[in-house]
Amino acid sequence: MPTTVDARGLSCPQPVIMTLNEIKNGNDKEIVVLVDTDTSRENVTRAAQSQGCRIGEVTPEGEGYRIAITKG
Amino acid sequence: MQGRNIFATRWGIIGVGAVIGILAPLLQKLGNPGNMGICVACFERDIAGALGLHRAAVVQYMRPEIIGFVIGSLIAAYLFKEYRPRVGSAPIVRFVLGVFAMIGALVFLGCPWRAVLRLAGGDGNAILGVLGLTFGIWIGTLFLKNGYNLGRTQATHAAVGWMLPLIMVGFLALMLVFPQIKDQPSSGVLFYSVKGPGAMHAPLLLALVAGLAIGFLAQRSRFCTMGAIRDTVLFGQTHLLSGFVTLVGVAFVTNLVLGQFNAGFTGQPVAHTLHVWNFAGMALAGLAFALAGGCPGRQLFLAGEGDGDAAVFVMGMIVGAGIAHNFGLASSPQGVGPHGIAAVVIGMLACLFIGFTMRKKSA
Repeated sequence: MPTTVDARGLSCPQPVIMTLNEIKNGNDKEIVVLVDTDTSRENVTRAAQSQGCRIGEVTPEGEGYRIAITKG
Repeated sequence: MQGRNIFATRWGIIGVGAVIGILAPLLQKLGNPGNMGICVACFERDIAGALGLHRAAVVQYMRPEIIGFVIGSLIAAYLFKEYRPRVGSAPIVRFVLGVFAMIGALVFLGCPWRAVLRLAGGDGNAILGVLGLTFGIWIGTLFLKNGYNLGRTQATHAAVGWMLPLIMVGFLALMLVFPQIKDQPSSGVLFYSVKGPGAMHAPLLLALVAGLAIGFLAQRSRFCTMGAIRDTVLFGQTHLLSGFVTLVGVAFVTNLVLGQFNAGFTGQPVAHTLHVWNFAGMALAGLAFALAGGCPGRQLFLAGEGDGDAAVFVMGMIVGAGIAHNFGLASSPQGVGPHGIAAVVIGMLACLFIGFTMRKKSA
């Protein structure tokens, strides 16, 4: 099971901070980030890519998105 | 699910910065005040004046640009299925941050947008403002690193997100019902400056169209002046910064072309030369914007796409403008207001209190 970062309902820049914390400090190679706005989806994706991570599937979930990230 | 959003790319944000960099000096050419083609804080202050929330006779005008920002963003959000009504992330704190953001901005005499437009027009005092802004945002990033956040929003009724856009439509309706009458200080319930910056404005329709265009583009690109500096300081990420820097460069060139560039510190339009207070005012505003998660423009665009908390921040700024002028906190070209310095100190203390006491608990 990948680690899930639930950033739904949090405003800028919290989703990015949480994602980067997990990328840097988490043990799992696979991370799933939940966000509820398109801005957060773009920001999280951009930040993860800047850390050399690979973005897997981005699927709509509920009011927002589920972003699968694989650490590079 | 939407296709790729080209405005969210590097070239997208640069393009949007360029468009704003052209439109702002053009609006000045069309009648807006000096180095104030667009100023979110000043224009919200003018709106507060038009409504009579303060009686500073020289800064009263219902600015259509602000109305356009919100409605343009709403249109873009609906068109691209990004309208997300949400509310409930410490609204009263956002209101207070809006009040102090406005007070700080009015001590400097401009929001981040105007700070760089002043720079692009040759106003050296803006350097202190931009440095202060960066300092305030840097303090904000320290809080963010230590877990500061205002908690989660909740999804809500679509109509909750319409409130600020509807208020803006109401403002526009008031303007049409009670149009400006030449040399008259009021028309119906609205106040209109007959002299000073409030009397200087581009034609209503052009200002509204420019506002709508910027609101639309900014919603798509997530343009944010505070975020530009914050992301660079916090993550070393220069995505938003590239748009902000483009705005400055293009506005500078446009000012040169239009003959609006005038380098110097003294005699600059709607500006004072008290370096310490230019710095401190903007530091307060920058910290408040950072704690609230967006520059004053971004708060308008967020409100347009359904963020009810951003709408509360906007109302805080409008009320803050009323307080700033009624209490003598706002600066003028003659210098800071009689109580401006005290207000900056109190505002800083309030923001630090918010930053220190509101952490974690997001899980």
